[in-house]
Amino acid sequence: MRSFTYERASSPAEAAAAASAEGAKFIAGGTNLLDLMKLEIETPTHLIDVNDLALDRIETTPEGGLRIGALVRNTDLAADERVRRDYGLLSRALLAGASGQLRNKATTAGNLLQRTRCPYFYDTNQPCNKRQPGSGCAAIGGFSRQHAVIGASEMCIATHPSDMAVAMRVLDATVETVRPDGTARSIPIAEFHRLPGDTPHVENALIPGELITAVTLPRPVGGTHIYHKVRDRASYAFALVSAGAIVQRDGTGHIALGGVAHKPWRVEAAEAELPRGAKAVAEQLLADAKPTQENAFKLPLVERTLAAVLAEART
Amino acid sequence: MRFDTPATTNPIDQLKIVGKPTDRIDGPLKTTGTAPYAYEWHDVVPNQAYGYVVGSAIAKGRIASIDLTKARAAPGVLAIVTAENAGKLGKGDWNTAKLLGGPDIQHYHQAIALVVAETFEQARAAAQLVRVDYIRAQGAFDLASAKDSAIVPDGATPDTAVGDFASAFASAPVELDATYTTPDQGHAMMEPHASIAAWDGDKLTLWTSNQMIAWSTGDMAKTLGIPKENIRLISPFIGGGFGGKLFVRSDAVLAVLGARAARRPVKVALARPFMFNNTTHRPATIQRIRIGATRDGKITAIGHESWSGDLPGGGPENAVQQTRLLYAGANRMTATRLAVLDLPEGNAMRAPGEAPGLMALEIAMDEMAEKLDIDPVEFRILNDTQVDPENPDRRFSQRQLVECLRIGAERFGWKTRGVRTGRVREGRWLIGVGVAAGFRNNLLTTSAARVRLDHRGVVTVETDMTDIGTGSYTIIAQTAAEMMGVPLDKVVVRLGDSIFPVSAGSGGQWGANNSTSGVYAACVKLREAVTQKLGFNSAEALFEDGNVRLGSRSVSLAEAAGEAGLVAEDAIEYGNLAKQYQQSTFAAHFVEVGVDVATREIRVRRMLAVCAAGRILNPKSARSQVIGAMTMGVGAALMEELAVDKRHGFFVNHDLAGYEVPVHADIPHQEVVFLDETDPISSPMKAKGVGELGLCGVGAAIANAVYNASGVRVRDYPVTLDKLLSGLPEI
Repeated sequence: MRSFTYERASSPAEAAAAASAEGAKFIAGGTNLLDLMKLEIETPTHLIDVNDLALDRIETTPEGGLRIGALVRNTDLAADERVRRDYGLLSRALLAGASGQLRNKATTAGNLLQRTRCPYFYDTNQPCNKRQPGSGCAAIGGFSRQHAVIGASEMCIATHPSDMAVAMRVLDATVETVRPDGTARSIPIAEFHRLPGDTPHVENALIPGELITAVTLPRPVGGTHIYHKVRDRASYAFALVSAGAIVQRDGTGHIALGGVAHKPWRVEAAEAELPRGAKAVAEQLLADAKPTQENAFKLPLVERTLAAVLAEART
Repeated sequence: MRFDTPATTNPIDQLKIVGKPTDRIDGPLKTTGTAPYAYEWHDVVPNQAYGYVVGSAIAKGRIASIDLTKARAAPGVLAIVTAENAGKLGKGDWNTAKLLGGPDIQHYHQAIALVVAETFEQARAAAQLVRVDYIRAQGAFDLASAKDSAIVPDGATPDTAVGDFASAFASAPVELDATYTTPDQGHAMMEPHASIAAWDGDKLTLWTSNQMIAWSTGDMAKTLGIPKENIRLISPFIGGGFGGKLFVRSDAVLAVLGARAARRPVKVALARPFMFNNTTHRPATIQRIRIGATRDGKITAIGHESWSGDLPGGGPENAVQQTRLLYAGANRMTATRLAVLDLPEGNAMRAPGEAPGLMALEIAMDEMAEKLDIDPVEFRILNDTQVDPENPDRRFSQRQLVECLRIGAERFGWKTRGVRTGRVREGRWLIGVGVAAGFRNNLLTTSAARVRLDHRGVVTVETDMTDIGTGSYTIIAQTAAEMMGVPLDKVVVRLGDSIFPVSAGSGGQWGANNSTSGVYAACVKLREAVTQKLGFNSAEALFEDGNVRLGSRSVSLAEAAGEAGLVAEDAIEYGNLAKQYQQSTFAAHFVEVGVDVATREIRVRRMLAVCAAGRILNPKSARSQVIGAMTMGVGAALMEELAVDKRHGFFVNHDLAGYEVPVHADIPHQEVVFLDETDPISSPMKAKGVGELGLCGVGAAIANAVYNASGVRVRDYPVTLDKLLSGLPEI
């Protein structure tokens, strides 16, 4: 870990202004950042602690949705009565992730911003375009069982590890931010995470210093909420494949996948196929899939997971 | 004490304390966090500095240059050790690659430098500033590709052949010829390798985490080129070893060198990412098994060949061992081949040989039973042998495999299983059950102890035996209490120090039987010292309730000891009984799994182990050993695999996020049954060991259950869901 300076911010605008300086980073729960700093994958020179900002409330919006403060801990969000009643998918996705101890620390905004778990990203002896732009990608041609099957590039085949983000994508959440100049903006979740392309180190739409203040959910849409996470052990493992879904009585609905791409993977056109069943949906969702030899199993696994989700929705 | 005739009745047979389920006497220290582990001896020497290891970034080649300028100038740095400045170092008997590498690099994350600084954070930060230029060399990293170049290894693993395997197999009416693979596995123990080293002139004290005190003191002496009398090695508490801490490793050598360079005590722990490529691991195997049988299920030919790889000078994974002894059959062969691989070095991991060997053999037995249309339990019983099949004059000292299988089948409800695959379903789960035999040899080795009796009547046992979480403290206390006729709270046990008599140490499930037998021998001598002092006829004296009695005379042990106390020391030494009798432990493992009908996720639902392993000294700690081993078997069967990067030559998933082991949610109901058994051929304790038996066979029982549930036979471990996905019907 490199030496760094540290401050506690007292307002979001002040935090954003301070964070626009070269080498500055926010820290909230620190469940990911601290590990990355120990390995010198992240080497911030200045940390801005945002834990004192009053961003830890869940409020009902005038539109009938929910505004979730950036600092709401994963545990608290999953346990919130309104979330459990109206956005069960979100609660289930959160509880499928990490462990109780980590969820107690991890925040809503931090969860969206967590970095990939690609083992080559974590090993500073290996080339990684995400860690060191231009150095290459060791995962391509390497151990890639966990990696992306769709939306990847010649530069990077990493996945986004979050379960919560998959639920947020299905729920059409909006990410609210404040920029270093003090202005606020709203970023639809669909535009928040990026595909790797030629710049896999740029993972989201935030500009330097921009601070997430809240994540807003629209009015509840009802339906059956399912989060189905497939993994090699029963708990505390990243998804091989996950599916978050809201399915209505008439068979229509929304669906997104985790564990397959550099971001939560949702193709709205595929949702039109929901009444026709898992195979049709999977074909649309994965139309341009380019798996490696080691993770080609994810394609049939997606279809079978969707089938399980649709079967569960019918019961 | 020489043990060369079967044991007769002795004080242990009273079973007042031995054989009773007994809480660990070291339990309160563990649960209150006051048992000091290797990195936590904060107060034993002042002024401890911190060392951080720099590992090689390449798997094979040379260091062209190391630039230490920036690291040396970093805050708090006291010294940097490299092969260039460490002075001449020897190599221990128990490591293959050098523990401080350079300029030649033998494997990925081989230690090439230690940065010593005032604080841990300073050492870690400075370690990142060490600049190394490498010249890469081509290496061999893939066992399957290197298989054809494998040779007969040096040492004690010759090929075996009895009868005429080839003809018998060729003419067998029913036959199986199948190949199985097991992957590289990591020990992944909770406590990483850690050491604190302090020099006092030419005397070295090393607080470390080590299973084998005498081996490691000797290897450290050899590495440093100093007399072993100048080294004191202290390791009373160990946070898991599983064979990974049988030897001196880089943490210990580098702490010692760091302390010499910095002229201060230095502590070093391996960071978790180093645990997989810097230390040892269980090597991957490719195993071919051929079994021929008559139509009524009698094995006529059994052959087992195994290939594994290691660094030049290393050894093979001895996966064929159990096949020489487990089942009958007149015509048999085994062969072991070793390829050169430039991966980190392989070595012992819990039940080396038998664990991966049974993972293959016991699937083969399941496949064979199916071909024969015989129940897998009955097929094993049908081919039981009470003698060494290679040498029928040698009987097993005890062999209750059939009883294990029968009792297990009864308790598990084996009869109600679905014989056809994929037929039993509960909700989203396809249910299957599997069985496998467990087998592990009983290894005998000299073990010594010293016992003192003081004026308070307290018995203190000292031996360099270790407790790696197994319960050694407790069974040694039970043994001394039983022998001296005192309650457990009058026994003090001191372990893991090279100033104590040399014990068997912990490994190969030999620790319990041998170390307690050494304590038994020392206690026999102490009893003689007591009776001699009192002028009692030692054969007739009774030691009970803290007194020694002869007829109407009774003297308390405290009084007998007097102010000066009494001391006795002895060792158990074994004669020829292990040659005359085959000594082994046996188990039957039964497992029920669920396979998700859609996603093919596999979850274990219940497990049963029935064990026949001699006298069980402490049923409570023995059960803990077995359920821990069964848990390790779940990992081996379903998730544990060190993924090899075959281009760059290293284990890629080198942390606990990537190398998955079972979590609590993976472990369901576990039941353990110990058959009532005493083995007087084994030792005066009439015990054997269970720490590895509990693992042996579990993997195959799970794989067989997965087959029973799903109809897909997976021969490549781990059995992961992707291997069940191909060729499935639509859902």
